[in-house]
Amino acid sequence: MDDLVLETKSLTKRYGDRLAVDCVTMTVRRGEVYGFLGPNGAGKTTTLRMSLGLVHPTSGSATVLGRPAGDPAAIGRVGALIEGPGFYPYLSGRANLHVMARYRGLPDAAADAALERVDLSDRGGDRFKTYSLGMKQRLGVAAALMGDPDLIVLDEPTNGLDPGGMADMRALIVDLARGGQTVLLSSHLLAEVEEICDRVGVISRGRLLEESTVSALRGGRRLRVVAAPLDRALTVGMRFTENAELSGDAVLLDVPDDRTPDVVRALVADGLDVHEAVVTERTLEEVFFEMTRLELDTDRGLVEPGTEILR
Amino acid sequence: MNALSRTVRAELFRLRRWPAFWVTVTAWLLLNAMFGYVFNFVTYTSGDNSFSNEGQTRADVLATIVPSGVANTLPQGMPLFGGAIMMVLGAIVAGNGYGWGTWKTVFTQGPSRVTTMLGSMWAVVVLVAGLVVVTLVSDTLLALGVAGLESQPVTWSHPGDLLQSFGGGLLVMEMWALAGYFLGTLARSPAVSVGLGLVWALVIEGLLRGVGTSLQAVAVFTHFLPGTAAGSLIGSIVGAGGPDATPGLLDTLPAVRAVVTVAAWAVVLPVASLWLVRRRDVA
Repeated sequence: MDDLVLETKSLTKRYGDRLAVDCVTMTVRRGEVYGFLGPNGAGKTTTLRMSLGLVHPTSGSATVLGRPAGDPAAIGRVGALIEGPGFYPYLSGRANLHVMARYRGLPDAAADAALERVDLSDRGGDRFKTYSLGMKQRLGVAAALMGDPDLIVLDEPTNGLDPGGMADMRALIVDLARGGQTVLLSSHLLAEVEEICDRVGVISRGRLLEESTVSALRGGRRLRVVAAPLDRALTVGMRFTENAELSGDAVLLDVPDDRTPDVVRALVADGLDVHEAVVTERTLEEVFFEMTRLELDTDRGLVEPGTEILR
Repeated sequence: MNALSRTVRAELFRLRRWPAFWVTVTAWLLLNAMFGYVFNFVTYTSGDNSFSNEGQTRADVLATIVPSGVANTLPQGMPLFGGAIMMVLGAIVAGNGYGWGTWKTVFTQGPSRVTTMLGSMWAVVVLVAGLVVVTLVSDTLLALGVAGLESQPVTWSHPGDLLQSFGGGLLVMEMWALAGYFLGTLARSPAVSVGLGLVWALVIEGLLRGVGTSLQAVAVFTHFLPGTAAGSLIGSIVGAGGPDATPGLLDTLPAVRAVVTVAAWAVVLPVASLWLVRRRDVA
């Protein structure tokens, strides 16, 4: 049985006429880095807020570490950075962490260690209001790390970071995952999620479109063949797989890697000119845009509801 | 250590380091010293009559600023401007956290929202109590200074009177601080809550009492208001009415009813703050 750290069931939040989160059911398992992926305004932060008990759901439920959302016994074991860091501007970064350490019942040493971990020790004595956006973000992550919580929820942690800072932040999250920590990372940056997450939940306009592993979402590797004439190349390809399709000036074939020489041989034997044969993978970005485009088309009635949109 | 004591500790840690807290506290101590002692001392030494000692002899003025007068002088400024300053303190403690996003951070640290709010209000209550003690010490030192300068014998207020003044003043200051905390929670903003609170305490209640002199129903309504109750409580301790009364001191309600009303507000306001925080979403 999976050890679920976070689970939402039909979680819904309505603000007046606007449905911010629509029946989201998702699970985060112990020890994984879960990517919560969606464009800005998709409902990621509202879902996370409901999971942490900051926002009351209109319907549905969220369970964290086996307890209802917002239960102090669970929240005390969760570290969270939700939609930007909120700290006392007149206190130093270190003093801010000391305040939060007192709330959590941790010694000041835990705050100092967290500051060290996000590389802010040198500026720890400076007032929070003097920090750059990136430093504020790192302090928010440091607060979430304090006391080695069972679940770390990071909502867009690379917001405001320069490329170097983003790389450092990703390395930190990977490091946390290696240490066995469960991380729920929300992001609108596909590359970020693709690089560091084990599983992904894709949300768009309040709806969870898919929840799967990154590799399953991207689908299998495919053989891309550029050959002339193209229609005959497609016919040859269909001898190897039913999943053959035209894509621009190429034919895409869903065949195992080791069948590549057979396909090329067959094409040549049939007298075709083979210009290119390469094994390709879809990026998460392609998958994501395909999913959100199809969702939009479904809403417009252009695609039947329930149509397989991934593969 | 339980969640409530952790919360109180955390709030005291951050409030002690907040310049705005010290500005507020210092403003009260300076105003208290000026209106309680400095102006009266200058009036006494210059021998002039002024707005603050009209109808009083120099001996009367001196009696309020020597150690035997501390029990009477201590709570006089508390119903009106002491209370207003405490309301500002309560409002900025509660209201700023919404703008800074610190309540959101704090509510994800472990203690429940109710515990967190309770701890935060408890920290304010502790600090206000400390401030009333410091006010007592300050008044005593100022009175000793006056006695020394004017070669007056040092006689102390009766302990019972002093205790009554201290208790009454403490209750009034706490009530206003909790009123400010409620307004800060309600408005989720320090500016709106401070503005609303000050207009209410300094203007609206006075106007309503004025209307109440000709409309009985309004007069009855004002008897339940915090400013009327606070003014009546301190007025019943130090005396009110007459042309030389300190602004804010009233004789509208009898002592017991004034105490009960102030105490009721000191319970109702934090309960209302807790109810608000518990039920609503935190952005």
